[in-house]
Amino acid sequence: MLSAQRLLAVARKEWIQLRRDRRSMILAFALPVFLLLFFGQAINWDVTDIPLAVRDEDRTQRSRALVEAFEESGYFRVAEWLERRGDAEARLARGVVTGVLIIPAGFARDLAAGRPAPVQLLLDGGDANTATIALNYADAIAARFSRDVLLEGRRVEAPVTAETRVWYNPTLESRHMIVPGLIAVIMSIIAAMLTALTIAREWERGTMEQLAATPVHRLEVVFGKLLPYVAIGLFDVAVATVAGVLVFGVPFNGSVVLLAAMTLLFLLGALGLGIFISAAVRSQVLAMQVAMVATYLPALLLSGFLYDVAGMPRVLQAVSYIIPARYYIAVTRGVFLKGVGLETLWIQGVFMVAFAAVGLGLATAAFRKRIA
Amino acid sequence: MRERGSARPPDALGTGPSGLGSGPSDLGSAAASLPLGSGPEVLRSEPSALGSAAPQAPLGSSASRLDSRPDGSPATSSAGCAGAEPSSREAGAEPSAAEPRPLRPGPSWRAAAAEPNEVEPSKAEPGEAAAEPGARASARSARPRRESLLRIRALLRKEFRQLFRDPRSKRIVFGAPVLQLLLFGYAVNTDVHRVATVVVDHDRTAESRALVDALTAGGYFRVVGRSDRSADLAAALDAGKATIGVEIPAGFARDLAAGRGARVQVLVDGTNSNTATVAQGYIARIVQEFGAERAAAAGALPTGGVDLRARAWYNPDLASRVYNIPAVVGAILMMMSLLLTALAVVRERELGTLDQLVVSPITAGELIVGKTVPAALIALVDMALIAGIGTLWFDVPFRGSVLTLLLGSAFFILASLGFGLLISTVSRTQQEAFMGMFLFFLPAIILSGFLYPVHTMPAFFRALTLLNPLRHFLEFVRAVFLKGAGIGELWPQLATIAVMAAGVLWLATWRFRRAVR
Repeated sequence: MLSAQRLLAVARKEWIQLRRDRRSMILAFALPVFLLLFFGQAINWDVTDIPLAVRDEDRTQRSRALVEAFEESGYFRVAEWLERRGDAEARLARGVVTGVLIIPAGFARDLAAGRPAPVQLLLDGGDANTATIALNYADAIAARFSRDVLLEGRRVEAPVTAETRVWYNPTLESRHMIVPGLIAVIMSIIAAMLTALTIAREWERGTMEQLAATPVHRLEVVFGKLLPYVAIGLFDVAVATVAGVLVFGVPFNGSVVLLAAMTLLFLLGALGLGIFISAAVRSQVLAMQVAMVATYLPALLLSGFLYDVAGMPRVLQAVSYIIPARYYIAVTRGVFLKGVGLETLWIQGVFMVAFAAVGLGLATAAFRKRIA
Repeated sequence: MRERGSARPPDALGTGPSGLGSGPSDLGSAAASLPLGSGPEVLRSEPSALGSAAPQAPLGSSASRLDSRPDGSPATSSAGCAGAEPSSREAGAEPSAAEPRPLRPGPSWRAAAAEPNEVEPSKAEPGEAAAEPGARASARSARPRRESLLRIRALLRKEFRQLFRDPRSKRIVFGAPVLQLLLFGYAVNTDVHRVATVVVDHDRTAESRALVDALTAGGYFRVVGRSDRSADLAAALDAGKATIGVEIPAGFARDLAAGRGARVQVLVDGTNSNTATVAQGYIARIVQEFGAERAAAAGALPTGGVDLRARAWYNPDLASRVYNIPAVVGAILMMMSLLLTALAVVRERELGTLDQLVVSPITAGELIVGKTVPAALIALVDMALIAGIGTLWFDVPFRGSVLTLLLGSAFFILASLGFGLLISTVSRTQQEAFMGMFLFFLPAIILSGFLYPVHTMPAFFRALTLLNPLRHFLEFVRAVFLKGAGIGELWPQLATIAVMAAGVLWLATWRFRRAVR
C-alpha cells in the first residue's frame, strides 16, 4: 500500500541530503535566476551599429549624402574611411568591419542623368544572420535615398505600400523573445540536472541497499525524491518570471495560474525524466552525460527557442514533437507575450500531461529495488 | 608537486638512507600506488581495485596508512605530517624528488613491484606494506623522469580502462558528438525561409493574386491558409500557426491602376524577433519591387536611382549552416571536454579512491596529466569526426590547413579540459560539479558568438567574452574553415588560447594540491 507518510519521509531525507550539500543547494536555487539575468543582459540579437568601411571615390555632395543616409538610419556606423579600394578585402578578412561600401566615381553624375548609379556593398557573409539583416537595411536605405533624390521633394505616393504591424512584440526587441524562452530552456536543463544524479548517487554510495531494505514502495521513492525538486523548480520559475517582468520589462499578459499549472506539469515530466536516466544508468558520470545530451541540446535547438521549427527539415520537425521544451516554450511565450489562455494552449496542456505521465512512468519503471 | 618535495625535506632527508628505504615504500605498496609503478599483470588487477574498492573501505584504511607512513620514526613524522599540512597527504609523491639521487640500484624495483603476490596482500592490509621497502624505494628515485613517465603511463592506462570499461561510455563519448552535429547542422538555421503565412484577400483580382505569387515566389514565404475573414488572421497568429498575415483590402487593383497608392496590411508575429525582422525586410522589398514594376510599366516613376549591388563574401548564399557548423565544432569540443573531466577528480573523491591516488607516489602534476591526456585524445578524435562530417556531409568549405586546425583544437581542448578539471577539483560532490560545469558552460556558449553575435552585446559582456576560450576558438575555427586563414593571421587567437590553457591547467593542479591536503 502506498503511504503518504513514507513518501514524505523519503522527501525529507532527500531534502536533508540536499541541504547538507550546501553549494549544490545554492546552485539549485540561484542558477536559473543568475543565468536568466546574465543572458537577458548579454543576449541581444538586435542588429544595430553595423561597422562599415567606406570608400568614396566620387567625393561629391550626393555621395556624402548617401553615406549619411546609412549612418542616420542607426543600423550602420562608419568605422573607417578607406584610402584604397584594395584595402576592402583585408578589412573584411580581419573582421574589423562587417561591410564595405564602395561608391565609384561618377555616382552623382549617373544619378543626375537618371541612369542607375551603381554602388557596391561587400558584406562579411560569415555571420549569415547579421549579413542578411544588414542587407535588408541597406536595400531599404538605398531605396529611400533613390526616391528622395529622384522625386526631389515631390510628393508622389509609392505604388504599393506594405503597412506592417508587429504583434506581441511591437518593437521587435529580441529580449522579449528570449526571456520567456530562456525560462523554458533553463528549466528543462535544470530539472534534469537536479534529479539525474539522485538515484545513481545511491547506487554509487552503496545506500541503495539500505533503501532497498526499507519497506518503501518504488512509487513512494520516485515521488518522494521528486517532491523537493518540484518545490525548487516552482520557486525557480517564480523568481525567473518576476525577474523577467521587473528587470527586463517583458510584458506578462496571461494568467499566472495557467503558467503555474503548466510549469508543474512540465517539472513533473522533466524531473521524472532525470530520475529515469539516473535509475537506468546507475553511474553519476554517465547520468550527467546522458542528461546533458538528452536535455540541453533539444531544449536549445528543437524547442523553437532560437530557431523556427518550421524552417527545419521534416525529420527534425517530427522529432521536435516529442521535445517537451517545445510545448513549454509555447506556453511561456503565449502567457507572457500573447496573453492567450487555455483556449489556445489546451493542445500544449494535453502534451504536458502526457509528458508528465511518461516521465513519471519511465522513472517508476526503471527504478528497481533489487540489488543486482 | 616536485617543488613541494624539496619544501618538505626534514624527515625525508633527516632520516638518512635507512629511513629513506622504509619511508616511501609503505606508501608505495599501498593499494593504488603499486599497480601504477608496476608491470601490466599488476595493472590488470587494478580496475577491480579501483572499481570495487567499496566506498567505505579506502577512507579508513588510507588514514591508517598515512599514520604508518613515517620514515623510520612513526611518532615524529606523523606529528610532522599533521603540522606541516601541505606535505602530509602528498608525501607519497615526494620520494622521487626528495631522495638523494646516488642511492638507487637499477632495475631491481621492477621485479619486486611486479611480484603479484606482493601486491595483493599490500592491498588488503596496508600494515604489511612496509614489508620489503628498501630496494624499491631507492629504486624509485632512480630515474625520476623515467619513473614519472612510467607513472603517467600507468595512470593513463587506468583512465582509459575506466573510461571504456562501460561500453555505454564509449557510445556517449563518440556517438554524442556526431548526434549533436547532425542536430546542430539541421536545426541551427537562421535562414528565414518558408515562413508560414496566412492570406486574406478581399480584392480577389488578378493583381492581388499576382502580389501573393510575388510573395511566395522567392521561397521566403509559404501560404498555409487562406480566408475571407480578417479575424482568422489574428487567430492563426495567436495559435502560432502562422507568423505572417497578409490582408489585401478590396479595391487594391483599382487603386494600383489609378496610381493612388495601393495598400496592403501585413501582420507580423514579433515573438521571434529575429525571424520577424528579416521577414519584414523581405516583405517590404518584395512589395516595393512589385509596385515599382507596375509603375515602371505604366511609366509613372522616373528611372534610375541607386543600384545597390551587394555581395556577401565567404558565404555568397548567406547560408547560416556554413557559418554555424565550424562553430559547432567548438561548442561540441568544449562540451565533450567538460563532460569528460568535470567529474574526473570529484568522482574519485566521492568514491574514496582519491585517497589511494594521494598516498601513491603520483604527483599532482602527473595526476592532472593522466586525467588530461586521455580526454584530450578522445576530444581530438571527436574533433576529426565532427570536422569530417561537417565538410563531407554538410558541404561546409574547408579552406584552411588541417595542421592549423589540429594545433588550434589541441590548445582549445587543453583549455576546456583545464576548466573541467578545475571545476572537478573545486567541487565536493558530483552533483555540485555537474552544476558547476553548467554554470561555466552555458555562459561560455552564450558569450562566444556561437548563437549570438558578440558585437551586439553590451560593452561589459563584450569585455567578458575576451576571457572565454570558446570565443577565441570560434574566431579561429571559422577563419580556418571559411577564410582559409593560417597561423600567420591567427596567432593572436592561438596564443590567447594557449595562455589560457596553460593558466587554467596550472590552476587546476594548484587547486588539486590544495584540495588533497
